[in-house]
Amino acid sequence: MTTMRDWLLSDAPVSRRQAAWARRYRGWLLFRRNALAMLGLGIILVLILGAVFAPLLAPADPDTPDLAMRLARPSALHWLGTDELGRDLLARLVYGARVTLGMVICVVIIVAPLGLVVGSVAGYAGGWLDRVLMRVTDVFLAVPQLILALAFVAALKPGIASAIIAIALTAWPPYARQARADTLRIRNSDFIAAARLTGASAPRIILRQVIPLCLSSMIVRMTLSMSGIILTAAGLGFLGMGAQPPTPEWGTMIATSRAFILSQWWVPALPGIAIFVASLAFNLFGDGLRDVLDPRQG
Amino acid sequence: MIAVSNLQVHFGARAVVRGVSFHVPHGTSFGLVGESGSGKSTILRALSGLNRDWSGRMAIDGLELARRRPKSFFRDIQMVFQDPYGSLHPSQTIDRALSEPLLVHGLDAVEARVRRALEEVALPPSVRFRFPHQLSGGQRQRVAIARALMPEPKVLLLDEPTSALDVSVQAEVLNLLRNLQETRALTYVMVSHNLAVIAHLCATIGVMQEGRLVETLSADDLRAGRTRHQHTTALRALSLELEDPSEAGRPA
Amino acid sequence: MLARVENLRVRFPTPQGWVAAVRGISFTLGREKLGIVGESGSGKSLTARALMRLLPRHAEITANRLEFDGIDLRDTSERAMRAIRGKRVGLILQDPKYALNPVMTAGAQIAEAWAAHAGGGRRAALRVALDLLAQVRIRDPRHVAGLYPHELSGGMGQRVMIAMMLAPDPELLIADEPTSALDATVAAEILRLIEDLVSRRGMALMLISHDLPLVSHVCDRVLVMYAGRVVEEVAAADLTRAQHPYTRGLLGCLPSLAKPKPMLATLARDPAWGEP
Repeated sequence: MTTMRDWLLSDAPVSRRQAAWARRYRGWLLFRRNALAMLGLGIILVLILGAVFAPLLAPADPDTPDLAMRLARPSALHWLGTDELGRDLLARLVYGARVTLGMVICVVIIVAPLGLVVGSVAGYAGGWLDRVLMRVTDVFLAVPQLILALAFVAALKPGIASAIIAIALTAWPPYARQARADTLRIRNSDFIAAARLTGASAPRIILRQVIPLCLSSMIVRMTLSMSGIILTAAGLGFLGMGAQPPTPEWGTMIATSRAFILSQWWVPALPGIAIFVASLAFNLFGDGLRDVLDPRQG
Repeated sequence: MIAVSNLQVHFGARAVVRGVSFHVPHGTSFGLVGESGSGKSTILRALSGLNRDWSGRMAIDGLELARRRPKSFFRDIQMVFQDPYGSLHPSQTIDRALSEPLLVHGLDAVEARVRRALEEVALPPSVRFRFPHQLSGGQRQRVAIARALMPEPKVLLLDEPTSALDVSVQAEVLNLLRNLQETRALTYVMVSHNLAVIAHLCATIGVMQEGRLVETLSADDLRAGRTRHQHTTALRALSLELEDPSEAGRPA
Repeated sequence: MLARVENLRVRFPTPQGWVAAVRGISFTLGREKLGIVGESGSGKSLTARALMRLLPRHAEITANRLEFDGIDLRDTSERAMRAIRGKRVGLILQDPKYALNPVMTAGAQIAEAWAAHAGGGRRAALRVALDLLAQVRIRDPRHVAGLYPHELSGGMGQRVMIAMMLAPDPELLIADEPTSALDATVAAEILRLIEDLVSRRGMALMLISHDLPLVSHVCDRVLVMYAGRVVEEVAAADLTRAQHPYTRGLLGCLPSLAKPKPMLATLARDPAWGEP
């Protein structure tokens, strides 16, 4: 293990791979010192593992109703109790992590590259292309996110897929703005001038010089906005526009059980706590990541 | 090798370079000296193709330069920038910085060329996979010079290449530039505000003032005080006064 | 003696352990012009800042003696430090762009600097500001007083900076690379101005620079720093007779207009220079 550490912390790496891993390892050492960020990372890992191994972890099938056991209190049989159809709440929470995290990941996969490309092209090209791309971005920014998403879902068909598309369509403009701001900051720097002097084409410079530098703030922004995406997904679910029952999505779970909030408070409260913990974890993680990836740290 | 005639550059309504002409024979060095805002760096940026808003005529090797330069142009002309901290991509290793020009031009033997380039600028092989922030200012400037040499250019444009460096490092970089010129028969155009540095490297010197080339003279004439324009005379007097330590203790 | 420093050490914590930036420096400063010369990383700026206690919070400063005018600076309260900083010791930095408040006019900043220490009225402060601008040889003080920092040229900004530092009438002026962002002709004027003001007001000057010939022109005495230590102290007039190989190397590696050399001498660094 010592040799591995030495290899990673070597002053004079001997290959590209070693240099890249050494850089990551140094980042990890820095990240590790932030206890809250480590807590966030831990929670996220638990959530992801829970989602992946849901069939193994869930004590019961999440969709099998047991009307004899409606709204049971937490007990040895059902650790977190049951919902209004007698389904095991723990099982539904664990399976719900699959749906919620799955939606978040899908949204990020669509949004991040789109925002990155739009923003860096607009910033690097400038001129009319910049104006056109940024006005389009402004249009999307001008409408409240949840309302736009609602309109999209209403126009399509309520469901997970349309919720993902709706959230993605409303979530990309801030990424594009950020990427553009980062690009504007570096486009007049000497190393971009040097890259232009190699004779490289504009797409090559954007891809190989500009985007790598926008990436770190993009990743930070992404983790920080994941909590927002989780909340929007849950909100759509709550309003009946996202995942449809009986899919165990956290927001939908709150919506279907909201009538019991006074008598059996834990039924709607548990998915609420899950949403809260997941978004908090992503925020803590993102904060820690920002300290490590901040390009100004040299 | 380089012929510039009646070069004019405007930034908006402001004329920054107002009709500058000079020519640089193959394998020699031409120095441009002047104060900030005199337009000397702007000339380099127009020559290199970084600034496309110019008028006048520029030719390299007998070929007229257009606003847009073909890819082959960038094999012949390269530039070294003033700030060694800003001219290297902060998240790319030295290896990547040096191999990028080779990949762009589709040159072969990347591995060997990178290793040879580091050797040529007297950098140890151990810096190859380091990041710029792990190097000193002088080492970074050597990397910047090595990168400029990668496509085997005929002309190097040097924009204040040593003014951000400590004097002891400046000496090393100036020596390196002189050696490279001899071994590779390079043509230099160098911009600096430091008369002693310019005169050290360049046999012919152009003095800039407010966008005009007020005087072109040889380094020997400058040293001997055979100056014609008063701006040159003033710059020379100041430079001599400051460099002579035997004058020390007396008011500057 | 205005300032007395004995065995000053400054070090910073890093993940790899402590890094010493200043490693045992001693000097005294009377009403004279002292130059501190060294290359980047030699600790010259940190030494000056330690004297004003303007170091980053995580820096650790130790010294057997660190006094300004008999006041022990090691355990002075931040409140007492403020009475020294600016009021009795002025600091001129390399780039006035970052040292001046961008949303205040030059005149207002000078007036405020004066009012903060002398406590006069607005009108009086403005009159002093105009007078100070005239003292730093600005031709049209009334016009310049109304300008914002971004409207000032480099040399003009540095003059405003100097006027601001002079406002509280300090006893010591610390100039940290005051001219390295300026053109040679402007730099010469600014140095002449600093020198003149220092002699006329009987202030002490501490000039920090990487430029050995320049410092020796202005100062009476020069400390040459290398790797956090003073390797040589030499009277400016005796600079050509400097003993230490580092000092000699610094002088030798400069290209010269008067005496052309085909190749410049380079500095072969001896690890022993960094040893006590």
